[in-house]
Amino acid sequence: MSGSNAVRRIDWLSVLIYLSLVLIGWVNIYSSTLEPDSSILDMGHRYGKQLIFIGVSLALIIVVMALEASFYERFASLFYVIVLVLLVGLFLFGKTIAGATSWYSLGFFNLQPSELAKTATALALAKYLSDIQTDIKRRKDQFRALLIILLPALLIIPQPDPGSALVFFALVFVLFREGLPLWYLGLALLAVLLFITTLIFGTIWVGIGLALLIALVFALKRPSVKIPLLPVVGLFLVSVVFSLSVDFVFDNVFEQRHRDRFTLWLRLEKDPDKLEEIRKTIGYNTYQSEKAIESGGFWGKGFLEGTRTKGDFVPEQDTDYIFTTVGEEWGFLGTASVTLLFTFLLLRLVHLAERQKNAFSRMYGYGVISILLIHFFINIGMVIGLLPTIGIPLPLLSYGGSSLLGFTLLLFIFLKLDANRLNEWA
Amino acid sequence: MKKLILSSLIILIGITFIGRLSYLQLFRFSSADQIYDDPAIKVVYDYPERGHIYDRNGKLLVANQPAYDVMVIPREVEPLDTLEFCDLLGIDKERFDSQLKKARVYSPRLPSVMVPQLSKRDYARLQEKMRKYKGFYIEKRSLRDYNTPAAANVLGYISEVNEWDLKQNPYYEQGELTGRTGIEKQYEEILRGRKGVKVIQKDRFNRDIGPYKNGTLDTLPKPGTELHLTLDKVLQEYGELLMNGKRGGIVAIEPESGEILAMISGPTYDPALLVGRERSRNYTRLHNDTLSKPTWDRSILAQPSPGSPFKTLNALVALQEGIITPQTTFMCYNGFYVGNKKRGCHCGGGMRTMNSGIYRSCNAYFAGTFRKFYDNYVTTDEGQDIWEKHMRSFGLGNYLGYDLPTGAPGRVPGKEYYDRVYGDNRWSSSYIISNSIGQGEVAATPIQLANMTAAIANRGWYYTPHVLKKMGGEEIADPRYTERKYTTIDPVHFEPVIRGMADVYNKGTAKWIKIPGIDIAGKTGTVENFTKIDGVRTQLTDHSVFVAFAPVDKPKIALAVYIENGYYGARYAGHIASLMIEKYLKGEITRTDLERRMLEKTLEHEYAKPYSGEEFEINEYVW
Repeated sequence: MSGSNAVRRIDWLSVLIYLSLVLIGWVNIYSSTLEPDSSILDMGHRYGKQLIFIGVSLALIIVVMALEASFYERFASLFYVIVLVLLVGLFLFGKTIAGATSWYSLGFFNLQPSELAKTATALALAKYLSDIQTDIKRRKDQFRALLIILLPALLIIPQPDPGSALVFFALVFVLFREGLPLWYLGLALLAVLLFITTLIFGTIWVGIGLALLIALVFALKRPSVKIPLLPVVGLFLVSVVFSLSVDFVFDNVFEQRHRDRFTLWLRLEKDPDKLEEIRKTIGYNTYQSEKAIESGGFWGKGFLEGTRTKGDFVPEQDTDYIFTTVGEEWGFLGTASVTLLFTFLLLRLVHLAERQKNAFSRMYGYGVISILLIHFFINIGMVIGLLPTIGIPLPLLSYGGSSLLGFTLLLFIFLKLDANRLNEWA
Repeated sequence: MKKLILSSLIILIGITFIGRLSYLQLFRFSSADQIYDDPAIKVVYDYPERGHIYDRNGKLLVANQPAYDVMVIPREVEPLDTLEFCDLLGIDKERFDSQLKKARVYSPRLPSVMVPQLSKRDYARLQEKMRKYKGFYIEKRSLRDYNTPAAANVLGYISEVNEWDLKQNPYYEQGELTGRTGIEKQYEEILRGRKGVKVIQKDRFNRDIGPYKNGTLDTLPKPGTELHLTLDKVLQEYGELLMNGKRGGIVAIEPESGEILAMISGPTYDPALLVGRERSRNYTRLHNDTLSKPTWDRSILAQPSPGSPFKTLNALVALQEGIITPQTTFMCYNGFYVGNKKRGCHCGGGMRTMNSGIYRSCNAYFAGTFRKFYDNYVTTDEGQDIWEKHMRSFGLGNYLGYDLPTGAPGRVPGKEYYDRVYGDNRWSSSYIISNSIGQGEVAATPIQLANMTAAIANRGWYYTPHVLKKMGGEEIADPRYTERKYTTIDPVHFEPVIRGMADVYNKGTAKWIKIPGIDIAGKTGTVENFTKIDGVRTQLTDHSVFVAFAPVDKPKIALAVYIENGYYGARYAGHIASLMIEKYLKGEITRTDLERRMLEKTLEHEYAKPYSGEEFEINEYVW
């Protein structure tokens, strides 16, 4: 009885979107890695391997759905610890691919623990926050929650894989949902804004701009509204100091390749010839991916007809840049569809998370949303030239076993929790 | 509330992405340049051979020779030993750098010419080392190979396409050749054929990985078509020899077909000068010669007053309108009076009929005819309209419509013209009396004079002159050249005029230059002309003009000869015309003394006079 009920309670809309994205991903991986004279099931090729990963993922889904929902909460801490151990173990036993020591070689398959760490961290964070003794308003608990998030990130940065590490910071959304004061977010936004404006305009203009802004606020406010002067002045001073430190960090802490990415992204180089030069060298990936997407037009060139895809002009086109294949071969129809599918999936998950009665499920749901959202945002943003180059995969579409299994696990644990929301097990 | 923030963030990101994608894929996308703009696609061409050109008797005039351009694709250039490469190419480093920069500015991914037209020997030396230099390759091209030193003005030349051509015609790519003037330009697409296209898919290491779309966009080259011209190689070459040291033009036409037998401009140049690496130096030299203008085709561009040959047309018009009969007489007082001003005549004076008027070229006779013609109408306007209509029917006063890309209209003034010059109704036949003897406002190119002569030879009709006879072995069928154009003069009126022209040889102004055994009809012309020296209008030695056709009864050739500053009509133009006719009809010259004199005699001393800075004498009787 419970079996059929559970099946009926699964959110099939999410499952449908999941399957669509995985299918779209495979079709485009096939196109990106196809070579003449090879069959679909050729295991020597990535599209063949990806087909196996998809099969394994489907099996994993069945396992995830078959287990008791309470299992995930109960063993959340254990997962987390195991993942941390795996991440530490990489320093000793890790396999280096393309300069990053991020994999365990299992012979038939390279396991990337950082992909599993996302699920484990989301689970652990949800478990910690949902504990009755935790109060997110307390500094101490805020600090601990932050530590749960930071620990795996700090282990991943030196691999080096700063892109994957960045993803974990998205989990702070969960904290905000659970009551972390919003002005933290305001401060963070201010910092980002100061960083960007300082790079573009320089500290002096940023300082003058801020001062003018504050003066404007004071001039326009109604006399009855009292704004305490001291904190405002304090904030102003801190901002200026921060702005000064941006230049220092940019020039002395960042490496040249990082600087180049920002130079390109924010168009800091004013000489158009030099900028074009950077675009075609440092920005080669983005330049090529933009061009490939652009060349698809509205209808696209058609399946297997992408000339830039065939010519292998865009690097990493089956992994981080899979979206360019969609753009070139399926055109605006394809790219808009994928964008809409992700948007709907995320909105659907927000809806599901909010209907959870159980705090753990809701918090975990927010963790899933945060991680999917940041991947979606950074990956596509990078590929279409809105964001600087940050190498993280597009969930469910990019080639990669660990990535596909990791996101499948991440999503379906939540769908299991959601399917189980009416059971009084907690 | 917080749920809304997250949902809004998701939607905002979605909208931003869709917006950016619309910009990239809908706004910035343009399907037109997809193939050519795509680094993954390379287009290579297979050039067909340019069509050969033959004369009317199947003698080869123009063939092809191979040449080798060194091309560069700037994007693909890798660091290289520049000095060694420059040495191989035979250029210095500065030129190398500037050429490469120019190529990069034109396009980093499209081929540009680095060094044009290497000789076969340079090519052999370079070929084996070419692999070392990434981004450079050798493109084989076909250059013209001339089998005659003559007819440069008719054949024209080909040269590399320029930026303007590239913009005008998407067919062409950098480094390709196109016809610039003459036949090469006029029949460019036929001679050129169509290059074959192969579209090749490449990977990012620039390796070919097979035909794009399985070769469905590829096309085979379509070879160029051979052309047979109406020119007679022998006559053309002979005429150019006769023009040695003389400026002017000769046009010979076969009256029964309108085919141009020879079209000579003097001075001219060897067409082979404009081929190969010396091309641009030679071109500049020819082009900068602004005194003798060897690239300016006088046979179709010079527009002097026609002079006395024009009298024949005035006679025809007067006959057609019933103003005179061949027997009508006019008195010549060694000249005639306009008001109380006397204008001279060299005919010897006395009573003139049409016959003696023509063969003695009597100015008084034609002035009288001209006045009588205008007096016949109520207004001068009406007379002018009728006169203009008849003149234009001989192909004067407008572009003739022959198949060459340049030309000049000449001038047949109408009443509007004189209204502008003298004011409405403020002119009469006395004002324009010069037109009666082919001076004054009328002007005609040598080819127009030759065509007019052909129309007289045919007794009232002509075919538009043309230089193309066969295209790919097929006689042309273009109605512009195969349909007769009729003049407005009835055939009966031609006989008395032609008798007069025949008597020009028998007893008239050209009686000294008869050819034994050939009846010729002709008309001399001595054309006054002026130039400006330091702003002063100065008269120069007369132009020598002659028109003729032969044989009189069954004309095979009609021609016009125009020699700048050659003095009276029979002096240079008449002699040259008679030699041309003899050469064409007999194949050989019996009067070798005359021939030698014409070949050797130059008029350079005449042409130097206006630039000497000193006073000079015109119309000198020195032989």
